[in-house]
Amino acid sequence: PPPPWSPALELDSGTVLFSPNAICQFFFLARGEEPTDLTNQWLEWEATELQPAALAALYAQLVHGRKGLEAVEVLGKLLAHIEQNLSRRGTAYLAGDTKSVADSEIGVLRGSISMTLSEACRKAADSVLMPKALLEFKSYLQKQPPPCLAMERATSNEPEEEGSEPTLTEEEITAAVDAWARGVAALPKPWQPQKPVLPVEGMRNVLITSALPYVNNVPHLGNIIGCVLSADTFARYCRLRNWNTLYVCGTDEYGTATETKAVEEGLTPQEICNKYNTIHADIYRWFDISFDYFGRTTTPYQTTIAQDIFQRLLARGFLLQDTVEQLQCEDCQRFLADRFVEGTCPFCSYEEARGDQCDKCGKLINAVELKNPQCKLCRGVPVVKPTQHLFLDLPKLEEQLEPWLEQSWATGDWTANARYITRSWIRDGLKPRCITRDLKWGTPVPLDGFRDKVFYVWFDAPIGYLSITANYTDQWERWWKNPQQVELYNFMAKDNVPFHSVIFPCSLLGADDNYTLVNHLIATEYLNYEDGKFSKSRGVGVFGDMAKDTGIPADIWRFYLLYLRPEGQDSTFSWSDLMLKNNSELLNNLGNFINRAGMFVCKFFGGTVPDMVLTPDDKRLLARVTLELHQYHQLLEKVRIRDALRCILSISRHGNQYIQVNEPWKRIKGDEKDRQRAGTVTGVAVNMASMLAVMLQPYMPSVSLAIQGQLCIPPDCFVLSHNFTCTLPPGHRVGTVSPLFQKLEHDQIEALRKRFGGGQVSGYFGAKQTPPASVTLTAPGDPQLIQELTEEVAKQGNHVRQLKANKAEKAQVDAEVAKLLELKKQLALAEGKSPEVLVPKGKRKK
Amino acid sequence: MAAAARPGPEELALLEKLLGLPKGNKYGVQGERKVPVLQTNNGPGLTGLITIAAHLVKQAKKDQLLGSTAEEKAVVQQWLEYRVTQVDGCSGKEDARIILKNLNVHLEDKVYLAGNIFTLADVLMYYGLHHVMMDLTVQEKEKYLNVSRWFNHIQHYPGVRQHLSNVIFIKNRLYTNAH
Repeated sequence: PPPPWSPALELDSGTVLFSPNAICQFFFLARGEEPTDLTNQWLEWEATELQPAALAALYAQLVHGRKGLEAVEVLGKLLAHIEQNLSRRGTAYLAGDTKSVADSEIGVLRGSISMTLSEACRKAADSVLMPKALLEFKSYLQKQPPPCLAMERATSNEPEEEGSEPTLTEEEITAAVDAWARGVAALPKPWQPQKPVLPVEGMRNVLITSALPYVNNVPHLGNIIGCVLSADTFARYCRLRNWNTLYVCGTDEYGTATETKAVEEGLTPQEICNKYNTIHADIYRWFDISFDYFGRTTTPYQTTIAQDIFQRLLARGFLLQDTVEQLQCEDCQRFLADRFVEGTCPFCSYEEARGDQCDKCGKLINAVELKNPQCKLCRGVPVVKPTQHLFLDLPKLEEQLEPWLEQSWATGDWTANARYITRSWIRDGLKPRCITRDLKWGTPVPLDGFRDKVFYVWFDAPIGYLSITANYTDQWERWWKNPQQVELYNFMAKDNVPFHSVIFPCSLLGADDNYTLVNHLIATEYLNYEDGKFSKSRGVGVFGDMAKDTGIPADIWRFYLLYLRPEGQDSTFSWSDLMLKNNSELLNNLGNFINRAGMFVCKFFGGTVPDMVLTPDDKRLLARVTLELHQYHQLLEKVRIRDALRCILSISRHGNQYIQVNEPWKRIKGDEKDRQRAGTVTGVAVNMASMLAVMLQPYMPSVSLAIQGQLCIPPDCFVLSHNFTCTLPPGHRVGTVSPLFQKLEHDQIEALRKRFGGGQVSGYFGAKQTPPASVTLTAPGDPQLIQELTEEVAKQGNHVRQLKANKAEKAQVDAEVAKLLELKKQLALAEGKSPEVLVPKGKRKK
Repeated sequence: MAAAARPGPEELALLEKLLGLPKGNKYGVQGERKVPVLQTNNGPGLTGLITIAAHLVKQAKKDQLLGSTAEEKAVVQQWLEYRVTQVDGCSGKEDARIILKNLNVHLEDKVYLAGNIFTLADVLMYYGLHHVMMDLTVQEKEKYLNVSRWFNHIQHYPGVRQHLSNVIFIKNRLYTNAH
């Protein structure tokens, strides 16, 4: 079989060497030079230390676009290691006085590093230095998962296991203490924009859009996290930073699919749109999405603005005319859009292939290639007729597109996938794109000879951002024709990237009217559902309208979706993980901390925040929290929403530890000094809770509001700065404190999993299994048996806990525990795991 | 917990015993990755699992464990490197899955990692994968059939397993047409 690793050296014997180090060693061995301890040591060092660091540096520079020196910082230490060894030994080569395998291998890597360095010096290197090869290398890197260095682990998937904490400097501690002491004065005043929100001179003006959802689909959780929820979280963050922010979205309503749906449901297209627009709006309201305006594309403004852009493109010579062969149904008197035709797939002979795609083999089809085509409406046989269409001349616009892209990439935050997808689109060569369609449901084309046609959805839909804003304010041009003052963020799933990075910018560049073009293009990967894809037709997955029927509050959904936001790579929704994260992160960590902090104020200090006398330990905590806060800002400024959420959780983890170590509930009963200590700890903790309420607001607005109510946080504190400050000073009265989160129970989650379909319980690879034909129930891997045993283990576990709680006799408890262990053993056997894992030994070794 | 080999000094001690070397080497660890270091009487000592392991093999005069021909030696080197870069760098089930998949392809037509001879690569890969294999379910062990066969073989190779838990592989087919 071909090696999964390449490039590689294949020897005559068929042996494949895929490691560059092994290949080099082979050459040296072939020349009769045996490896020594020293050459081995260098090779191992190269593979485990230098290579990962070099890869990380290249990745940082090429993919993340970091500046040169910052990117190669990690390499400095390693190169110094080489330097030091060479000078200490006083030899010419790494392992002695003759050149060895170690030298050649490390030399190669150094070569690529110095290339990186020189590149960093010269900004223009991209276009001078082998641009083609570099691009290929770059796109190769982009396909690789980002390299993970020990020192960079902080932002990886599961930060639960905290490594060594960064050390705090004296300056950091002093600064944190100063900021704390300044209290509310350290915070800027929250800024309330006038309505409608318009750009303000001298302020940071942020315009946020999320991809317009197509009207006749009910959005699923993947759509929600990919677009509206991500954009909402960011918009809320921007507002808390006092940036002047406008967030708009709406339903995309024109096109074939709506027309088809209308025919199916016996309604007019407009009626279909009205019906589904309401469904969308309801779902987003339930999820607490803070649009400044949620509109739709079927408005008179859409027609005026789209036609204006069209006229400008026409006048500037960016439109072409061409003839297209298309199917026409003579009975219905119309050209058939792709979805109005069905026939036999030319590739797999599936008989019900659609005009644009075969559902069976998935291949894209040109409608005229279908065998035995049929009109979907009257079942008549359509004929092929030539028809005139208009095309956007992308090749001609490319010379404007490229410099703009370069500029936008250099100054803005585009996610790696957005850069990659855009680059590969351009590399494959831009072709003229048809912008008209033979449909009725759309924006009419204002040109003689085309008056019975409408604009094709991908030309029309992004113009919706402008027309929706126009429906919000008649001064919409102050947002959309104002690149000097406005920063534009587009949020979307990755399948939408080319329309926002290439086609729409080309339309606007060609129309040449000082339009605001995207500065930051934020694209997510996909969210999968329990080992499969969300699928409406197969009834798999949770859709927006069903989420509220689960009984799980919207904020919990928001939290979990943002916690697994497919940032950088696909992620998977799983019910048991939802339960786990709710119970461990929200209930036991965040909720527990905030609740305890508030309760202590109520129980021990009559609801009044006590006096605080900070010890060096407290001061270090202030600095530690400040550090997390800075990290939170750094990540959110780069729209790394998921990673920033981890900072919130780690602050509350610090808080829990702080309470645990200082035990205010014990000290409150002690002498004067102890009581003072209890007061300080409680005061610091409740102030941490107060700041967490603000930091949490973009993620969980209702929970944030609840905390604000319980702790009576003044509205003036609802603003984000870079300081952790004392917002609830001694003497501040808190309100009634109550738990913020509820435990999710296993039974409840299992019921939901069953209700919404999807993966089975056993095996994290989700391997399909055929039940045994002739084997008895004891066969490992039997899902039914596993299920039964799991339930029994749970039941017996409860029984034992109850006995213990009721202080039953030891002998009885022991007997029941033995039964429990036996059941667990059986379960392990049934799952095929090695049973001894579960057998307790006298003393457990960790 | 059942006995598992922790990378570093612990598995070097296992290796010493397997090679029949007397005890008495002193090991330390270095850096965040806890890279093992062997203190020697002369010179600055040796750093790195592979480096030390190869040194021990030569000390025990069992050089055949590093391969006999140039080609074998290179292959052994390559899998040792795979062990310290990929297996030790493995974080999470997704990474483990990729490693098992790659090894499964490689082992499809081989008895040992380097072909037909038992080498140091097999020993260290076995120690490195032990905790991964312990956690697999029957279905997964079947999915990576070649890895399972190889692993079972190595754990029964005289002197290799020592106090580590025996990972159970059920050899009879329990259900038909697994795929």
